[in-house]
Amino acid sequence: MASFIQLLVSGLATGAIYALIAVGFTLLWQTSQTINFAQGEFVMLPAFFVLAAMNAGAPFWLAALIGVALSIVILGILFKFIIVDPMFKYGVLPLVISTIALSLFLKEGVKDFYSSQAQSFPALVPASDIHVFGAVVSTQSLAVLAVAIVTVIVLHLLLTKTRTGRQMQATAQNPLLARILGIPVQRMVLYTFLLNAVLVAIASILVSPIYLAKFTNGETLGMAAFIAAIIGGFNQVRGAVLGGVILGVLDNLSAAYISSQYRGAFPLIILIAVILFRPQGLLGRIEERTV
Amino acid sequence: MFRTGLFASVIFASVGLAGPVLAQSTVYIPAILELSGAGAVSGTNFRDGMLLAIDEINAKGGILGKKIETPLLYTQSDAGISRAQVQKVLDNKPYVILGPVFSGSVLVDMLLTQQAEIPEIVGGEAAAITQKGNPYVFRTSFGQQLSMPKIANYMRDGVKAKTVGVLWVNNDFGKGGRDNFIKEMNSRDIKVVADISTESGQADFSADVVKLKGANADAIFVYLNEEESARFLREARKQGINKPLIGETTLLGQKVIDLAAGAANGVRGHVGLTIDAPIPAVQEFAANFKKRFNYACDHNGIKGYTAVYFIKHVTEKIGKLDGKAFAEAAHGITITPKDEPGILMEATWDKNGDIDRISFLGEVVDGKQKIVETLPKLGK
Amino acid sequence: MTRFPALALVMAAAVAIAAPFFLKPFGIFLISTWAVLTIAAIGLNLTLGYAGQISLAQGAFVGMGAYTVALLTPLGVPFFGAFFAAGLLCFAIGWVLGYPALRVQHHYLAFVTLAFTTLVFLVLRNEEWLTNGIYGITGTPRPTLFGLKASSARDFYFLCLGVLALLSLAIWWMLRSPWGRAFVALRENPIRALSLGLDTRRYTLMAFAIGSSLGGLSGALYAPLVQFIEPNSFALGLSLNLLLMVIVGGSGNFFGPFVGALVAVLLPEWLRLTQGYYLIVYAAAIMVMMAFCPSGLLGLAERAGRALAGPRAVKKTSMPTEGAGP
Repeated sequence: MASFIQLLVSGLATGAIYALIAVGFTLLWQTSQTINFAQGEFVMLPAFFVLAAMNAGAPFWLAALIGVALSIVILGILFKFIIVDPMFKYGVLPLVISTIALSLFLKEGVKDFYSSQAQSFPALVPASDIHVFGAVVSTQSLAVLAVAIVTVIVLHLLLTKTRTGRQMQATAQNPLLARILGIPVQRMVLYTFLLNAVLVAIASILVSPIYLAKFTNGETLGMAAFIAAIIGGFNQVRGAVLGGVILGVLDNLSAAYISSQYRGAFPLIILIAVILFRPQGLLGRIEERTV
Repeated sequence: MFRTGLFASVIFASVGLAGPVLAQSTVYIPAILELSGAGAVSGTNFRDGMLLAIDEINAKGGILGKKIETPLLYTQSDAGISRAQVQKVLDNKPYVILGPVFSGSVLVDMLLTQQAEIPEIVGGEAAAITQKGNPYVFRTSFGQQLSMPKIANYMRDGVKAKTVGVLWVNNDFGKGGRDNFIKEMNSRDIKVVADISTESGQADFSADVVKLKGANADAIFVYLNEEESARFLREARKQGINKPLIGETTLLGQKVIDLAAGAANGVRGHVGLTIDAPIPAVQEFAANFKKRFNYACDHNGIKGYTAVYFIKHVTEKIGKLDGKAFAEAAHGITITPKDEPGILMEATWDKNGDIDRISFLGEVVDGKQKIVETLPKLGK
Repeated sequence: MTRFPALALVMAAAVAIAAPFFLKPFGIFLISTWAVLTIAAIGLNLTLGYAGQISLAQGAFVGMGAYTVALLTPLGVPFFGAFFAAGLLCFAIGWVLGYPALRVQHHYLAFVTLAFTTLVFLVLRNEEWLTNGIYGITGTPRPTLFGLKASSARDFYFLCLGVLALLSLAIWWMLRSPWGRAFVALRENPIRALSLGLDTRRYTLMAFAIGSSLGGLSGALYAPLVQFIEPNSFALGLSLNLLLMVIVGGSGNFFGPFVGALVAVLLPEWLRLTQGYYLIVYAAAIMVMMAFCPSGLLGLAERAGRALAGPRAVKKTSMPTEGAGP
């Protein structure tokens, strides 16, 4: 039983990370129909901003802030204006291709201009272990869980309780109508990008102490984000959170109890099943099609 | 526009593919390496060790009075691309080829180099490489069929384990190691009670540690790549695995020790090549490497370095740039540091191209790799 | 059909036939790779450019075709038997995969095919008893056709070229038929097509299945070309590469795959000057291209051609070639 709890707790911690990444991914999709195939690399990159800042001499807390700031500028503003906006008139496919190329670009960029080797990354909280119900959890994992929960709550409050947040939601549900109602749609879309940039920066700082900063981190994290977002529900933030948690726990349980060689297969099978039988995801709303 | 584009492309291609016309005054030893993709770290280390050796040799006049010329080709860690690069290089009639490091790429390249009768000094460790009857392949590090018996002996005599668990990474490196290891375990009557595969790039090892704890083996053999080794060690420490963790070179590497932040202490294992070896020549090499490239190299760097000196020594012995003569002379040769300081440690090559050399048993103590015992060569 | 001067076509064919006589073995290997990948790209173009479905599974189909040939030929099955088996197998699997998957919207299909590709990779890697697992299969022999051995680089190239030519003709013929026009109707406006009485699902499914079988046939030639196959070659990377080929060449354009494959195969060679940075340059180039001419290189050529030709250039059968919308 203790091992089951161990797996559950570890899975929740990993799932919390997936959730954070999936939420940003979902937000982008909702408001601007952007399927960001580079989302994984977006999570990989800010850690390197932080490391570079630390190499230049900044203390960790300052470097972290610099990392978040750079993330907002590059992964939020630049990404929107240089890559997404010009593609808009061409439809979804060119944008998808662009983000695929972008993910390759970022990955190779870090490998060539920083390092191909994994780098250790300072932790937010000093690493020590806590024993909970017979399982061992690191304080780092708990910190990740805590930050993730707080972030989601703050996001939820932002989106529902503030005027800007509600405007963002309106933009997501029906951009044309929102524009008619006087909502500055372009600005709302920009806010989404900035929000995603902040989320991925936070996720990056949380995850890198455990995963170690490496240019290939984006591959698995990105895949996990897509799966989590789809399983949970592409058009609901809560869905992304649920999807992330399910994915984290499922991965662990299947690896331990079913097969380690096929551990990667189970999330994929669930993904296919969800898409085929409940495409809106577990918590999502059915999207209408415009003719 | 289209047709001119196509035409131009073909012209371009032909020009690009015509290749350089090389003067007879250089020793043409191209290197085919993984410098991007999964093998980037190994390939980069191998390349830098190689470059260090080449510069040293060229500064002293080269081989037989001719400078070494080593263009680099990239495989992107893909076997198909690697094959294409070998084909390209063979068109220019090289003397010897260096690399690749990835066993999968080596196996496919060998088909071509064997046909062309060009010697190839590779960095791959898979057992299969030297079992295909190719008289032109050589390596400067142990194949898995030589390192695994040494580890197995240690398991039996040093650790005195009756049951063992294996944790391996599911790529050709890890699977090859696991297959050879289990073979050695079976021949020594040690039971394998856990056989757990992991994915390259895996970050969460809690499930694997849980399974290992449940299996309750006397010792655990860990055969993963670097970051995964570090992540596993941390998880193992966290969940309180108290059985000995035994590894092979990678597990005791400084990179893993640094990344594991203390969780590596107590890990033991067999180390074929290491810059921590208590041998002055190796220490000097490591210092030179660090000074030139600004990072501490891993065993792949030593592979690359010694490969070039191996070529130099054999070439000077036969006195000409002849691939077939090279292969014949290289089989069965023993090179000592007295004859060739660049070889760092005495080495003998058998008829399959495998290397026999002293190796070491190490333990991680206080965040550093300590050599506990020196193991003699398997042969003489 | 795209307007296409017959002269340009003849010239291109002449170059394709003459090329191997001027190239060293490595060059011949490259153009053989081009021919083989073009077949797969044509298949994907059918699915993506004509039927408007995003598929990330083409790499997996190439893999299944390659393994079929690599496993059957040592058992004594003649090459062309294995070749057709590969095509048939992939057609069947494509049909079965497409049947439920095409009910969902485009971006979801991308994820389903992405998941499928990874699953295929896992099976190829883990089922060692069947596929020799991660170690791969070496030494697939090159075929003998009507008593002529096609094992030299040049002979094998002509075999690949011949197969490419035959398949292209077959697809061309198919697209000019009323059946083929239905595909294009699907892409332009599925709802309207439906309202006109087209069984959209059947047509889309056929496009996907035929596209997949072309992937399988491409793989069947890949195995004897490279003579070493392993699961890693057919993972997501290849699917993405093929996708990029179709887009860069011009999706929906009949000759797009030819151009796209040429670029993909030759670009690493041209960019070799940039040493290890060529992937970054490639990625950046793709992004720039997407911003300025998402209809690919041929779309760009078409636009230039139309601009030069002026107002009198109104062709009889002119299909719009702008990139597929959602």
